[in-house]
Amino acid sequence: MEHEIVIKRRQGLSSIDFKELWSYRELLYFLAWRDIKLRYKQTVIGVGWAILQPFLMMVVFSIIFGRIAGVPSDSVPYPIFSFTGLLLWNIFSNSLSNSSQSLISSASIIQKVYLPRILLPTASVIVTLVDFLFAGIIFIGILIYYNFTPNLIGILLVIPMIIFTLISSLGMGFFLSALNVKFRDVRYALPFFIQLLIFMTPVIYPISITPLKYQWIVALNPMTGIIESFRTALLYETPVDWNLLTISVVMGMILFVFGVWYFLRTEKTFADVI
Amino acid sequence: MTEPIIKVENLSKRYWISHEKGPSYATLRDELVKIVQKPAEWIMGKKSEKEHIWALKDVNFSVNSGEIVGVIGANGAGKSTLLKVLTRITPPSDGRVALRGRVGSLLEVGTGFHPELTGRENIYLNGAILGMSRKEISSKFSEIVQFSGVEKFLDTPLKRYSSGMNVRLAFSVAAHLEPEILLIDEVLAVGDVAFQKKSMSKMEEVSKKGRTILFVSHNMASVVNLCKRTILLDGGKIVMDGPTSEVIEYYMGLKENKIAEVVWSNLDLAPGNEEAKLHKVRILSDDGRPISEADIQKETQIEMSYWNLKEGAKLFVSMHLISSQGITVLTTFNAPSVSLTKDEWYDKEKPKGLFKSICKIPANFLNEGMYFISVFITSYDGMMINHAVKEKVISFNVVDTGGMRKEYSGPWVGVVRPRLSWSTEYEGNK
Repeated sequence: MEHEIVIKRRQGLSSIDFKELWSYRELLYFLAWRDIKLRYKQTVIGVGWAILQPFLMMVVFSIIFGRIAGVPSDSVPYPIFSFTGLLLWNIFSNSLSNSSQSLISSASIIQKVYLPRILLPTASVIVTLVDFLFAGIIFIGILIYYNFTPNLIGILLVIPMIIFTLISSLGMGFFLSALNVKFRDVRYALPFFIQLLIFMTPVIYPISITPLKYQWIVALNPMTGIIESFRTALLYETPVDWNLLTISVVMGMILFVFGVWYFLRTEKTFADVI
Repeated sequence: MTEPIIKVENLSKRYWISHEKGPSYATLRDELVKIVQKPAEWIMGKKSEKEHIWALKDVNFSVNSGEIVGVIGANGAGKSTLLKVLTRITPPSDGRVALRGRVGSLLEVGTGFHPELTGRENIYLNGAILGMSRKEISSKFSEIVQFSGVEKFLDTPLKRYSSGMNVRLAFSVAAHLEPEILLIDEVLAVGDVAFQKKSMSKMEEVSKKGRTILFVSHNMASVVNLCKRTILLDGGKIVMDGPTSEVIEYYMGLKENKIAEVVWSNLDLAPGNEEAKLHKVRILSDDGRPISEADIQKETQIEMSYWNLKEGAKLFVSMHLISSQGITVLTTFNAPSVSLTKDEWYDKEKPKGLFKSICKIPANFLNEGMYFISVFITSYDGMMINHAVKEKVISFNVVDTGGMRKEYSGPWVGVVRPRLSWSTEYEGNK
């Protein structure tokens, strides 16, 4: 026989079966495809929301922080400054809110059919890339409007930065989705947490306004180094702070490993608890 | 000797019961308190509550390739838990299962169906969730659509479907799943009668293709139709594992105590309406003794007593005889063209009072096994009115005392076992 499945008591950590995950890649595709399809069903402007949302956020931030509060963005127009941050920040924050709900909104699937459960939060994180693509189109529009030419090094860094963002997002997503199965408090706490976090991340302000000796603390937030470095590389002539980036990327990795660990530790009880 | 395709060894599943009040899932606050008070226990994931139940305990069985095995048992016997463990939805607490082949599970139809998506989209999504590849779904797509009969609504969101259409579509996807091992839970109990029949024959077709099926059901008739072998679970343990008819009969015997006599002495509590009520039903031997075990070689009498409460009513009595597998063996009533003997009271205006009708079942007619009696007190006055209806009011056992066992002693298949006349002629050495 080609297949033999052995079901035994699982103690502690179940290890990741990469072969199995690979065999389920089509399902991952279908789950992501479903989420994208569902996203804007029965809305009037549909996909327009993916464009309008980040755009309006940028407008609001530009007025409040750029104009009224006078947050410095040096030589770069503030809308470009904040939108660069929002591009990556939205991947992260959307991932958190989507994936935290991914397991409980698929409760019936979890209780009625076997699939590697980790696919569910993964699919919901992948979906945020679609929003990123639309936001990216606007970003190009804004650059053209301001007649601003970004640095080549920054453009080359887009892909690695997205990967770093996804690693952190997946880590948080695994953790939060599993936590939400047991503690529904996550649903209420998370929006507040995300709102708070955007102000603790240099999305709308440059990290230079925090005192130098405390910057490493801010860098423990994985999105700090990623956003700050990406923005520097893309928009400014100043060199990228590699230390800052390294701290954040390492933190992202730790978050990822922790997320996977927590997910696998609790996975076996999902069907009984959810 | 080939290895069994499903091998279950000492399988046990324990569930912890928490006695906390309020929501079944803990709140973060409670957990935070626990973290502070007992950090080590929290990290190790220790259970503070001690109570548990064994939903499955030391279950052992194996299934050979191509076998179709039914799993029956009362609610809470562990049927669903067994299926959930075998499908890897929840891990066992102990024991081991080996499945040698591609596994498909159907614990419900339409898992993952989304009301906002169209029929077409749901076919793909549901198929993928059930373990089909995109290529597989595409190749069977038209077959699935045709089977479901919802061609016209393929591009309509599911939420606009009637519940019947929804179920038909869901079952159609499921029916086209082609794994080597199929684990099924009750999915046949869906849709209208016509569609159920269609589903049933599809299942039979699937089973003939040599697929191995484990079929969990409450519906004895479908277990009888599909499975040669059946496992009976009770309290998380296997009570019996054998030929379906024997297991079902044993199970029915467990469920319904063999009552030889049912009496309602209080008129107010007796089943029926203001015109007629049932008083007593019992099983009598050929010489009039109340019994619960009937001799296969002797006549058995079914006695039905009822009160007529309306002066001048024309009541008649009918009776259904039902086998332990739920098949109605016969229907009879006391009309002249139906009865062998003339019933004086049939179609006569009856005074108020108690009446007793007796129906005699001949010797050497029923097969061995358990039978149920349903009783109906009815009047006909342009239209039929049932005044008292009591289904499966009583059961009795027909015991094989060996009258037809001189030549053959093996299992005797059939609902009835009458003596018929046989003859053979020699037509020459052609």
